[in-house]
Amino acid sequence: MSALLACLVLPLLGALAAVALPRRAVAAVLAGVVALTLVAAVGLAVAVHSGGVVRLALGGWSPPLGIALAADGLGAAFVLLTALVMAGVAAAARDEMTPQGAGPRAAFGFWPLMLLLWGALNAVFLSRDLFNLYVGIELLTLAAVALVAIGGRAEAIAAAMRYLIFALAGSLLYLAGVVLIYGAHGTLDIDLVAARDAAAPDGLALALMTAGLLVKTALFPFHVWLPPAHASAPAPASALLSALVPKASFVILLRLWFEAMPDLGTDRALLLLGVLGAAAILWGSLRALVQARLKLIVAYSTVAQLGYLFLVFPLAGGAAGAQPWTAGAWTGAIFQALSHGLAKAAMFLAAGLFMAAAGSDRLGALRGLARVMPMTAFAFALASVTLISLPPSGGFTAKYLLMTSSFAAGQWIWALVMTLGGLLTAGYLYRPMAALFAREGGEGVQTVARARQAVPLVLAGLAILLGILSAAPFDFLQIGRPEAAEEGP
Amino acid sequence: MAALSIYALTGAALVGLGFFGLLAARHLLRRVVAFNLIGSGLFLYFGAAATRGAAPDPVPQALIITGIVVALAASALAVALVVAQVRAAGRATLPEEEDAP
Repeated sequence: MSALLACLVLPLLGALAAVALPRRAVAAVLAGVVALTLVAAVGLAVAVHSGGVVRLALGGWSPPLGIALAADGLGAAFVLLTALVMAGVAAAARDEMTPQGAGPRAAFGFWPLMLLLWGALNAVFLSRDLFNLYVGIELLTLAAVALVAIGGRAEAIAAAMRYLIFALAGSLLYLAGVVLIYGAHGTLDIDLVAARDAAAPDGLALALMTAGLLVKTALFPFHVWLPPAHASAPAPASALLSALVPKASFVILLRLWFEAMPDLGTDRALLLLGVLGAAAILWGSLRALVQARLKLIVAYSTVAQLGYLFLVFPLAGGAAGAQPWTAGAWTGAIFQALSHGLAKAAMFLAAGLFMAAAGSDRLGALRGLARVMPMTAFAFALASVTLISLPPSGGFTAKYLLMTSSFAAGQWIWALVMTLGGLLTAGYLYRPMAALFAREGGEGVQTVARARQAVPLVLAGLAILLGILSAAPFDFLQIGRPEAAEEGP
Repeated sequence: MAALSIYALTGAALVGLGFFGLLAARHLLRRVVAFNLIGSGLFLYFGAAATRGAAPDPVPQALIITGIVVALAASALAVALVVAQVRAAGRATLPEEEDAP
């Protein structure tokens, strides 16, 4: 319980401290806050693992008057993912977000924004109240938009503005749904909403909230804001935005469709979500194939990889509730979110190092860099293995689970889309790899310290480990799993 | 009850006006105002729709106040970005919409 509170409070206190304290004290305080929050996240995961779901009613007020927080397997896994990625990004940003390297404004603003983002993410992963979730994703949006704009270049500001317009529209749609739910049922607690008597506005409310969250998750066709925003932020910020931010709205979608209102998951609505996910896989991959800049390739790859997450809805949602394959599909989608988070963070951090060395992220400028920076190039290749979902990576486990459940469910079309997506992923990642591992080139680039190169390697290695040790996280994710996705025989 | 439905209708009308503004206006400051209109309309509707019986329900009031604070923070960031956009690009529209009035 104290670990749960620490996960929420420490990053917010750290963000305040990063603004208020004098410059020299900040570095030590930041290191302490990052380390303590990482410890708290591990502690929370251990508590959930040994004792089941950790619950907390804020101020001793239980719902419907108070706000409930709870860490189930799903929430705790994402809190742990966030802590690992944040620790990696913080280590990378110590060298990258310096007043000399990134400009004084970005060097000052990055740290409080990063910690605010962390606090908001944990709040979303642990909250059980629909309005509290609204406040969480709004805080997340504001911190994320500011992280895009922090570089200060004209294209970054325009990308941040476009992101803000999309994200605010998404928030208002979500808020409209929350208002309808409260008007009909007088409660916003997820467990109480799940036990409600069905009312007329429920369908409209769920549709509004889902539409708003799809915009924030950047699902096709609402993805247009994502690639420019993620590509024009500084590399450590891109790593956070791509690896973690869309996962928050996806977790809320899971909570809505599997925990709060599973009874509303009609076949047609679930099919629509799946089709949009499949379209995202294909369209994002095709767009990634034709980009000339590494960061844009990686950003469009995020659009494609987020599509896989939405295959969970037709495979595990609604009336299919108690089918034998739903556990596999539900866990597979979460595995995909976790392994993509680790691999994408590694990829963007590696891209940042390549840019620091070559001065540009155009593919032509990257030729032969693997000979100068073998460690970073290897990290990039390892992260690619997860995204292409070759065994034994976490991405392989994810797609294996999704694919076997799509065959078991008789919906083989999703397996076909996943196979195509895997081939396209290999295709668009081949181009940067071919440039990196080219025989010529690599002369006259800046050298990058080995300690900096280690960070993406560790993150990419964790994504592989998630596949090798997949049994333990599989069981962990089942803790407190909603009934709608309960497994059969 | 009649008074309540006036609040709800006004809220709905504000949401509609805001959406129109969001779609029709290209000037970024107008869009920020449009977002605020939608938000205010939703809050007004919230207060009206969540009232049941004679006793007022305190929860929507608390939520609306929280929501107004969140909306204020979002508006402040949006206006700051509009200013930055004008400084960087010389006009308060997005690059792909520059032919707009």
